[in-house]
Amino acid sequence: MRTRTPMTGIMLAALMSLGPGMAHAEVPETRQAELMHLLTQDCGSCHGLKRRGGLGPALTPEALTGKPAVMLREVILHGLPGTAMPPWKNFMSTQEADWMVQMLLEGRTDAP
Amino acid sequence: MRPDSRLLLFLSLAGVLLVSACATPRGTGDLGIVIERAAGSVQVVETTTRTRLARVSGLGDLSHASVVYSRDARYAYVFGRDGGLTKVDMLRRRIEKRIVQAGNAVGGAISQDGRLIAVSNYDPGGVKIFTADTLELVADIPAGSGDSARRSKIVGLVDAPDRRFVFSLFDAGEIWVADMRTPRQPRLQKFSNIGKLPYDGTVTPDGRYYIAGLFGEDGLALLDLWQPDKGVRRVLDGYGRGQEPLPVFKMPHMDYWAQSGGLAYVPAVGRHEVLMIDQKNWTETARIAVAGQPVFVIARPDGRQVWVNFAPPDNDTVQVIDTLTLKVIRTLKPGKAVLHMEFTPRGENVWLSVRDENRVDVYDTETLERVTSLLADKPSGIFFTARAQRIGQ
Ligand code: HEC
Repeated sequence: MRTRTPMTGIMLAALMSLGPGMAHAEVPETRQAELMHLLTQDCGSCHGLKRRGGLGPALTPEALTGKPAVMLREVILHGLPGTAMPPWKNFMSTQEADWMVQMLLEGRTDAP
Repeated sequence: MRPDSRLLLFLSLAGVLLVSACATPRGTGDLGIVIERAAGSVQVVETTTRTRLARVSGLGDLSHASVVYSRDARYAYVFGRDGGLTKVDMLRRRIEKRIVQAGNAVGGAISQDGRLIAVSNYDPGGVKIFTADTLELVADIPAGSGDSARRSKIVGLVDAPDRRFVFSLFDAGEIWVADMRTPRQPRLQKFSNIGKLPYDGTVTPDGRYYIAGLFGEDGLALLDLWQPDKGVRRVLDGYGRGQEPLPVFKMPHMDYWAQSGGLAYVPAVGRHEVLMIDQKNWTETARIAVAGQPVFVIARPDGRQVWVNFAPPDNDTVQVIDTLTLKVIRTLKPGKAVLHMEFTPRGENVWLSVRDENRVDVYDTETLERVTSLLADKPSGIFFTARAQRIGQ
């Protein structure tokens, strides 16, 4: 059990279904605050409050340089089986995960 | 006398008066620390009348921070996420010394004789040993896994009798014992293939057994420190019975070995259960269904109850297990994000940090009712000085 299953299939499918227009995911402001709280506190328990890493790797813009946003979003939604990274799809929609990736890539810690 | 030296004299006299004013002699046995994780501060609290005595700031990033105490219980050593190691004077309520010793750290231990502080680091992975009085580096133990040069994150660092520190290598799946009889030259005994992804470790209160919980497979790794040459063995192997594990949204912890009547209580990983182990033969005797993925499973000091908190999304809940009937006797909903629980030295109260409510709640363990609450800024760990006298911490 807990073996790493290949993610490539899912990611390819996701890549193909997605145009370049994901940069501005639309998420209501109150929800943004909740998501930012989740990102800081709950993701923070493994990735650090300041995203500089812990049991999980750093999620700072520098650390994520060159990693496709869609791939990151899929990791957040489905986790990485066989590792400690869990799937968060029951906590957020695809659009909300896109927004979270945007916050990570821009290094933003403030909710509007 | 020059004017400025007169001023100096005045200032130092005023200083003496000030210090003596707040340093009315008192013991430290009922003191403790509450971590305010986001603010980078700690509160010095007192458990007799349940009040906050002071706030000490400037300790850096305190997510996942933990504390050990000097054996006189005067000084707290706070291990911060950012690699900070801060020595706090519990009586003067100020920072005595602070160093940043690594990029990313997770916890630590104090040696049996109280002279050495060991810190477990994620980045760069390894253990560093410092003198307890001045925080000077004594030894550096980089944790390369096996033959490879890749560094491993360190978890489950404890102290053990006969001047040893014991810890686990998360990435490499190893347990190392560092013999500190010659502090500058630790002698290492390494045990490999102990299991996949040990996430934390602890030692039994008598200091005899070191136990590492595994994340990557169902089971625990057990090392008898009285007979380390017998090697590490697997216990509770395959407790998941081949079922697909549930997702774990926060790593469980093995803070202090929870035991009662010869049975130990540990969190299952990926199952909403607390496992009970017979400590004579290290087999599972029962399991108790609980409200979510357990994070901390802690026993009241007399062993009469076991308290459990949970990973998200059930982190608003705390359950109390009666150790006579092995049943959950109360499900409490203290508020959003209950992160840690700590019993007073003899267990009449338990303190809970409720992060998102900015509160620390104090419960009476007999009535299971809340007695009082203290305000705190996003509180996480709570550590009382009674830990100073415990093996393993
Ligand atoms: C229980 C611990 C844990 C929690 C909580 C957690 N992660 Fe992770 N995460 C990990 C680990 C471990 C990895 C690395 C897995 C591997 O590749 O070995 C990871 C990897 C990732 C990656 C991939 C990074 C890269 O460089 O490829 C992203 C993105 C990520 N996590 C985002 C999140 C977000 C967002 C949250 C909160 C919604 C979160 N994680 C919560 C443990 C965790």
